[in-house]
Amino acid sequence: MTTITADRAPMAGMKVYHLKLGMWVFLLSEVMFFTGLIGSYVILRFAHPEAFGVPGEVLNVPLTAFNTFVLICSSVTMVKAFAAIEQNDQEGLQKWLLATILLGAFFVGVQAWEYTLLASEGFVPMAESYHAIARGAAEGSEVIGGPLYGATFYTMTGFHGAHVSIGVFCLCFTLYRARKGAYTAGNLGGVEIMGLYWHFVDLVWILLFTIVYLI
Amino acid sequence: MSTTEKDIASAVDAGGQHDHHEIPWIRKYVFATDHKMIAKQFMFVSLFFLVVGGALAGMMRFQLGFPGQPMPGAGILPDAMMAPTPNGAIMLPEFYNSLVTMHGTIMIFFAIMPLLVGLFGNLLIPLQIGAEDMAFPRLNMASFWLAVPAGMLMLASFAVEGGAAGAGWTSYAPLSTSGEWTGVYLGQQLWLVSLTILGFSSLIGAVNYITTVINLRAPGMTWFRIPLATWSLFVTAVLILLAIPILAGALIMLLFDQTIGTGFFRPEVGGEPLLWQHLFWFFGHPEVYILILPAMGITSEVLSNRARKPIFGYHSMVLALISIGFLGWIVWGHHMFQSGMNPLLGTSFMISTMAIAVPSAIKTFNWLGTLWKADIHFDVPMLHALSFVSMFIIGGLSGIFMASTPVDIYIHDTYFIVAHLHYVLFGGSLFAIFAGITYWFPKMFGRMMNEPLGKVHFVLTFIFYNLVFFPMHNLGLQGMMRRIYDFTQYDFLQPLQPMNQFITLFAFALITTQLLFVFNFFWSIFKGEKAGNNPWKSNTLEWTVPSPPPHGNFAEMPTVFRGPYEYSSPESDDDFLPQTTPPREGPGPSSGVPEPTPTPEGAEA
Ligand code: HEM
Ligand SMILES: [Cu+2]
Repeated sequence: MTTITADRAPMAGMKVYHLKLGMWVFLLSEVMFFTGLIGSYVILRFAHPEAFGVPGEVLNVPLTAFNTFVLICSSVTMVKAFAAIEQNDQEGLQKWLLATILLGAFFVGVQAWEYTLLASEGFVPMAESYHAIARGAAEGSEVIGGPLYGATFYTMTGFHGAHVSIGVFCLCFTLYRARKGAYTAGNLGGVEIMGLYWHFVDLVWILLFTIVYLI
Repeated sequence: MSTTEKDIASAVDAGGQHDHHEIPWIRKYVFATDHKMIAKQFMFVSLFFLVVGGALAGMMRFQLGFPGQPMPGAGILPDAMMAPTPNGAIMLPEFYNSLVTMHGTIMIFFAIMPLLVGLFGNLLIPLQIGAEDMAFPRLNMASFWLAVPAGMLMLASFAVEGGAAGAGWTSYAPLSTSGEWTGVYLGQQLWLVSLTILGFSSLIGAVNYITTVINLRAPGMTWFRIPLATWSLFVTAVLILLAIPILAGALIMLLFDQTIGTGFFRPEVGGEPLLWQHLFWFFGHPEVYILILPAMGITSEVLSNRARKPIFGYHSMVLALISIGFLGWIVWGHHMFQSGMNPLLGTSFMISTMAIAVPSAIKTFNWLGTLWKADIHFDVPMLHALSFVSMFIIGGLSGIFMASTPVDIYIHDTYFIVAHLHYVLFGGSLFAIFAGITYWFPKMFGRMMNEPLGKVHFVLTFIFYNLVFFPMHNLGLQGMMRRIYDFTQYDFLQPLQPMNQFITLFAFALITTQLLFVFNFFWSIFKGEKAGNNPWKSNTLEWTVPSPPPHGNFAEMPTVFRGPYEYSSPESDDDFLPQTTPPREGPGPSSGVPEPTPTPEGAEA
């Protein structure tokens, strides 16, 4: 048996700081949230294949592929921002954060534009007014898919877009704090958890893009 | 509500600690970040909702006991709820629908869940693991202050045109998708918005609890030295974390169906009403475990202490908690046997459901093993804990009936289900809440609750409760359907009228009895007998600090040397060994306790 030392033993538990652990735990619930949405989509699509269009018929795949590329780039700039502050490079941190913000905002902007284009072709979430036609088809052509297509599309991509928007908002806050010198190489938790969230949102998009646009 | 709450809180603290007077009043009592104050806030608000839910139940019972008769005193309610007649006001069927819905919703989401998770989670987790507070105190505050507007929205929905939601707490589609079917438009939407906000509140609470338990344990508080109350709250937090987002997604889709006109769950435009049931119950079954696991933890704590014996099979208790948490995810279909699912699928849900009986039975036998040949102290917390165990057995057994698909054909959507869920939720969860409140009351307020009054309350509650809910099994077996406004419209149910009246009368008695608890509660806050640090001679860390504990809880970081249930240990001169007691030097008598490891974790480092 060991004798009991008077020294205080270190805290039990994992050696991950609270914020980071909290973010990981929170992201688990986000995984479940998107699982619920994606799962519903998959079930509905299996149950009603006729209510969904073929890839590229209604949705503009090239445009969104480009947008996907933009979002992936924003993950890269986020990594750069974190790498900068690890070196205590304040200027680099701010520069890359700004780049991430701009790319994120651009993504949301393109998505909004895409929505208006789609809506003008009758691809809307409202069941009663859904009358989507193929891209470039003449007014009054055959309606493609059914109301479930519009509803699932806008719900899934819309919630993702909301996540990106919240992320952009938080990034602005991170940038604001960075400009005030809140982060250092020894104190970079805020940047790290921001990055975790951002990469998660990016990852979800890659899944969504594949499932909604490509399959 | 909140003013009385504050008055009480300040009255209580007037005699308490004075080392935190630098915290401004509003930060201390209103926008508090101290986990103990947040626990109390949750307690007062959810006890208030418990009263509201009880009142709704009373009105329903009146209608069932005396269908279509004028309700005394109901004239004050608006005509949209109670139709005025020369003899008095008679309940409208639409209002009955709202009552059923709101009773279930309020009790589950605004009373039992915040009592178990908001009150006990906040109160116990930091204290039992030796932390000064939660990992994110301000997030904790946000969790409470999101729950409050959610509750206000829910209540406000009674006052809007069309009344409160009326599609049941399960809000099945297509009934819930449009006001065309229920006559409720805005109320149904407020219901969805309120629950979404509440879900977010629970979610950030869960993030906080999980992080706290993982990261903030005191030295030596290894996983298998964590008291079972905290263990159960930890598993519950994981369930909340993973189940609530599914509910949120479903709620939002339903809200879209109602407001912007999407067609997720609307068959008339090609949607899938069954998808709602799947999503709801995929959340819903874990939710019922959210409502029972903390109750099991509280019971374990009280039973072991009041029996002055180590809990029987501590490790198997923890493993049973975890396996219930796992199995809870694969049984949701047992709520949908009659929805037209493939019988083969039904059978697999039947088997997985019955499998849950195994860890549940392990826990039950362990509780019995704890009581075996014990020196049982029949005080109020113990009485409530014992009735938890016995009522949970009844509820679990009726669960097995319903889990067998052929039997469920007959009893699905009848009063048998109502009996089952009240045996587990009232007989189970609420009795455990009574046990927990009376047991930790001295820690919260520095005073004991009155014992004789508590015993009277317990005995009457126990008797009336059984008289109300046991006959419901019978009603169900005779075919009386649940959520029915006037069952006498069916000839074959008319013979059940006397039984329903009997239930109603005892339901009123049951509700009235709760006044004893309310009185005892408030009286004891001011006038109860002063309690020391450790009135129950308990081992766990919360009892090593003053009652109520000061801001920051522990004057110095505690070090944990042993498990939480070393009662009647020969190693001790008294009959208990606090977790902070260092092991004896040199070879001593074997203590026979489940967790003899003397080394605090990391002491070698
Ligand atoms: C031993 C374990 C249990 C089993 C085998 C079991 C089984 C079932 C089944 C099969 C149903 C659906 C019956 C039907 O609608 O036809 C049901 C309903 C229900 N159970 Fe349990 N149950 C168990 C424990 C619990 C616990 C611990 C709780 C809560 C604390 C609970 C709460 C409920 C509720 C609230 C309902 C009704 C849901 C509704 O409104 O439709 N059950 N149970
Ligand atoms: Cu269930």
